[in-house]
Amino acid sequence: MMLSCGVSRLIVRHLRTGVASTAQVPQVCIVGSGPAGFYTAQQILKSHAAAQVDMYEKLPVPFGLVRYGVAPDHPEVKNCINTFTQTAAKDRFTFLGNVDIGSDITFSQLREAYHAVVLAYGAAQDRALNIPGESLPNVLSAREFVGWYNGLPENADLKVDLNVESVGIIGQGNVAVDVARILLTPVDILKKTDIPENILERLNGSRVRHMTLVGRRGPEHVAFTIKELREMVNLEGSRPDLRREDYKHLRNLIPNLPRPRKRLLELLAKTGLDAPDPKLASSWAAAEKQLEGEGLNQRAVQTDETESLQCGLILRSIGYKGVEIDSSLPFDQRTGTISNNGGRVTGQNGKVLCTGPVGVILSTMTSGFTTGKVVVADMETGSVDISRPRSGQTLIKSALAEKGVQPVSFDQWNRLNQYEVETGAKLGKPREKVSNIKHMMDIIHQ
Amino acid sequence: MHTHGSRTALAMPHYHAASPMMFVDGHVIPNISPSKLKKKALQHGDYEWQDPKSEDEVVNITYIDRSGKKIPVRGKIGDNVLYLAHRYEIELEGACEASLACSTCHVYVDEDYCDTLPEPLEEEEDMLDLAVFLKNNSRLGCQIILTKEHDGMTLTLPQATRNFYVDGHIPKPH
Repeated sequence: MMLSCGVSRLIVRHLRTGVASTAQVPQVCIVGSGPAGFYTAQQILKSHAAAQVDMYEKLPVPFGLVRYGVAPDHPEVKNCINTFTQTAAKDRFTFLGNVDIGSDITFSQLREAYHAVVLAYGAAQDRALNIPGESLPNVLSAREFVGWYNGLPENADLKVDLNVESVGIIGQGNVAVDVARILLTPVDILKKTDIPENILERLNGSRVRHMTLVGRRGPEHVAFTIKELREMVNLEGSRPDLRREDYKHLRNLIPNLPRPRKRLLELLAKTGLDAPDPKLASSWAAAEKQLEGEGLNQRAVQTDETESLQCGLILRSIGYKGVEIDSSLPFDQRTGTISNNGGRVTGQNGKVLCTGPVGVILSTMTSGFTTGKVVVADMETGSVDISRPRSGQTLIKSALAEKGVQPVSFDQWNRLNQYEVETGAKLGKPREKVSNIKHMMDIIHQ
Repeated sequence: MHTHGSRTALAMPHYHAASPMMFVDGHVIPNISPSKLKKKALQHGDYEWQDPKSEDEVVNITYIDRSGKKIPVRGKIGDNVLYLAHRYEIELEGACEASLACSTCHVYVDEDYCDTLPEPLEEEEDMLDLAVFLKNNSRLGCQIILTKEHDGMTLTLPQATRNFYVDGHIPKPH
């Protein structure tokens, strides 16, 4: 279906746009400059010979969760920035940072200025547990905590007390494991990453010694992936401390599982059961699991049993949801997403979104490429109407000027990037992030 | 349960702690995992843009792209098939630039040639677990370096990934 991306379609497109070169330039904008936005832009520019793509970003800096979400000790995952930078250098691409859609510019202004609008602004809110005590000091969302150690401006002043020994993390996904790893990795290693200096200082003073990852269901249902588990198991200076009884049943389950689950659970079972160090089995108590269904098709039900865990810091990491940026969009409060059909926003003819970036870079890339193809296909079939000229960034820039908002260009980001890399080099790290927006703007406009 | 030095005790009756996992910190200074340091020399793919200097160097292989089209390519000894694909505009992404941190260059290797490849590293196996439609002959393109033994090999790009079906349709593996 949407995969027929081969050469033949490209040629047809070139011919068509060649003929129509004096007619309309399709004006497309993308809200959000994370990997989903950049992969969408890359696809549109590649499969359409004339379309102009403008990318709006709330922060003065690009790359979203690649800069602010990917773990600082996973620099290789950030290599995709090189490809994004190549995309940004293309003539038909413009980056407009420091523009907040929903406040500086409304969604309807974007609709007026562009033939197609792609919403790739991610899922900025974390899900809450909605239980008593959730607003106590040192009960935080893992998202905020990740933002804090990654230098995200809005989390720069996060009130977190690391003068505690035990930390509980609610959730068993990769974010939970990232947080656990960062809190247990010796600062001597972390100081070679791009964690900002002031955060390193705080981590250096941390007394955290125990991390507990709490999940609703059994170990066969964990959401983290094997690389992250292996890093945890091999983290020198730390030892896994799994409750043996919780892992015994895995041995019978494993043989019939598909390979990825099998390898993950084999490692988990090995870690939980074959612990060579007698110390490891010392602190386990039996835990009753109350589950419905069989095998992996189980869901958790509430039991009467409770267990108390002493924690000086609690981080919840149970997923994210999108933010409603405009009331005209069909926002589903329950799922935290915009209602859509095949990536097209329900009831919004010709406007396309990218579903929230979830999972590893592969899924984001695939989703971005798909969205890009949907945009181009819809312009070709006419379901996105490109017959009427649209003024694109010209209209938006004048609206921004009226409001006194100065958009940041990609060249200006390059200046800040250079500053960060040079400052980092002096400290023996890949970059020293600027985590204050005013400071960013000062450097950009120097 | 560990209770040392905690300041706040929070019981969470609504959240059944069925399977807590703990990682307890000691005081040993660890090393950086070697996986973070390798494969640097193969980045950028400049080498793949050089033509073979002689026929002795030539390794002919065929890519089958996502639409099923066969694309014969004249490679050479030492070429990384990820970057070789880039040179011939074959849609193989390579987001992490051959650093074993993603699975965007997933390919199926001609069954007859699987034995000519070195066994995958554990890191490659871990990344393959995240690939869609994993098969016995799945490999990461960035880990395949051509030798004369690979002459005649076919590399097939996976047809689709589950994320293409945003409408919820679940395609059957083939």
